[in-house]
Amino acid sequence: MQGILVLGELDSSGLAGITGELLSLARSLADETGDNVSVSLQGASVGGEADDSIALGADTAYKVESPLLDEPQIDAHLSALEQVARQTEPSIILVGRTPLGRDVGPRLAFRLGAAVAQDCVEVSVNAETGRVKATRPVYGGNAMASVSFAGDGAQVVIVRPKTIEANEPDPTRAGSVEEFSADLDESVIRARLVETVSQESEGVRLEDAGVVVSGGRGLGGPEPFEQLQSLSDLLGGALGASRAACDAGWIDHSHQVGLTGKTITPDLYITVGISGASQHMAGCSASKNIVAINRDEDANIFKSATYGVVGDWNKVLPSFMETIRELKDD
Amino acid sequence: MAINIVVCAKQVVDPETPASAFRIDPDTKSVVPAAGIPPVVNGFDENAVEAALQIKEADGANITVISVGNGFVMDVMKKPLSMGADELILVDDPLTAELDAFATAQVLAEAIKKAGDFDLVLCGRQASDWDNSMVPLGVAELLGVPSVTMAQKIETQNGGIVVQRALTDGYEVVQAPLPALVTVSNELGEPRYPTLRGIMMAGRKRPTVWSAADVGLDESALAPKLNLEDLYIPVSDKQCEFIEGEDEADAGRQLALKLREARLV
Repeated sequence: MQGILVLGELDSSGLAGITGELLSLARSLADETGDNVSVSLQGASVGGEADDSIALGADTAYKVESPLLDEPQIDAHLSALEQVARQTEPSIILVGRTPLGRDVGPRLAFRLGAAVAQDCVEVSVNAETGRVKATRPVYGGNAMASVSFAGDGAQVVIVRPKTIEANEPDPTRAGSVEEFSADLDESVIRARLVETVSQESEGVRLEDAGVVVSGGRGLGGPEPFEQLQSLSDLLGGALGASRAACDAGWIDHSHQVGLTGKTITPDLYITVGISGASQHMAGCSASKNIVAINRDEDANIFKSATYGVVGDWNKVLPSFMETIRELKDD
Repeated sequence: MAINIVVCAKQVVDPETPASAFRIDPDTKSVVPAAGIPPVVNGFDENAVEAALQIKEADGANITVISVGNGFVMDVMKKPLSMGADELILVDDPLTAELDAFATAQVLAEAIKKAGDFDLVLCGRQASDWDNSMVPLGVAELLGVPSVTMAQKIETQNGGIVVQRALTDGYEVVQAPLPALVTVSNELGEPRYPTLRGIMMAGRKRPTVWSAADVGLDESALAPKLNLEDLYIPVSDKQCEFIEGEDEADAGRQLALKLREARLV
């Protein structure tokens, strides 16, 4: 059992971003252990992605082609990756924590009887033993756990997207492209994806926004979100919310920022009536500047904020917005 | 026709524990429960109980809640019963106090099999302590049933289920035959509050308690595949600058001016 295998995901633009990140991670681990890096590229048809993944660090790119792999059918991708893993017997399997990978990774691990670490943000390997050590946020981000793989079996590592920077592609890297013929038929798909419904919100996407304005439980109801919407419009930003506000039905879940919502990375994040539960902070901790308006001076949000106002948002927000408007008009 | 639903539920440290009361014992590498803050049923597991109750109301169902752990607080673990679940099974054993995902899935799978025929297993999408979202997938694998994760809606249809799977920008519609396992996300809706009658009925019910040996597992079967090397609270070097004014309205003005000065607006 040796080598590192990466689950290669394809999207409409070719190789998915997470796959570049995983290949870069695999390369740096392989440079420690002297392992080979291979990638299982799974789709209806695989073209230039094979050379792209070699340029990003793979030594072997397996093209696993089947019409059943066209969509993110979890059972089909799981079966394909299982077949590649059983034939190549890798020591480390890297999977992204994506809608596909977060299900495929654990199921594959249990199927292989392998250990698995979920949602890793740092991954290293012991060059002598080949065993992986990983760090992952737990308790909603309140704590970090570092874990190591016991025994000597296969190690499945599920990596949080956007925590590892992808290498620049090196088109001069050499590697081999191989067709992998997976035995797949309709019967492997038991839970079948029949439809994908997109609910893309209007305006700037939260994930891409340079400015995000969010409201939480402290707002007390749905109406104040109209004010936050005009503030975010004024700043050319996007409107967010805490899980508490979404669960209360004050605003749609598509606005939810946090561990179980969207992960945002704005330059300016303005929070109003948000306490800063770790569940929420997990989705916004990469914001460059957090501004908090909250009545409770001990609120957790102030621990991460650059600027804070302790006070009733009802009184703080109108003059804040008015002054912003004046500044914008100048 | 009424179906048999198993809901897996975990007792966890209350995730609403204020950060100032959140402590880790570095020797045992575990979280020290804050004084006066009792544990709770994992929030997503309550969403799963709610999903089960909605199916029960629509089609009829027998709902069995199964939990694995040690040192259960009975008033806490009876909450699903007071919400309307029918039975509670606790695998309560020092051997099952702190298990990794692999071992937990084994215990749950064996307990589910021992409990009898099942059509649908519902779990929360993840537990708010270790945030793994792995145990349910392991249970599905060990039971040999299909899985659908992150459900925001579940309906039975033609002997199977149709699930809306929450994504960040919309949802997927997934169909699966029964038996199946589904994990439930908070988008499904807030779990109902127990009624007074529900609480009284739950008070009279006695949970079935099993040991690890009762479900056929011993210490060697439960050995961890993943070792916890360290557990620590990340340090933040942020220092918040508090903006004050003559009154709250003035503080709002000063905040806007400060953001302009910092070239953020």
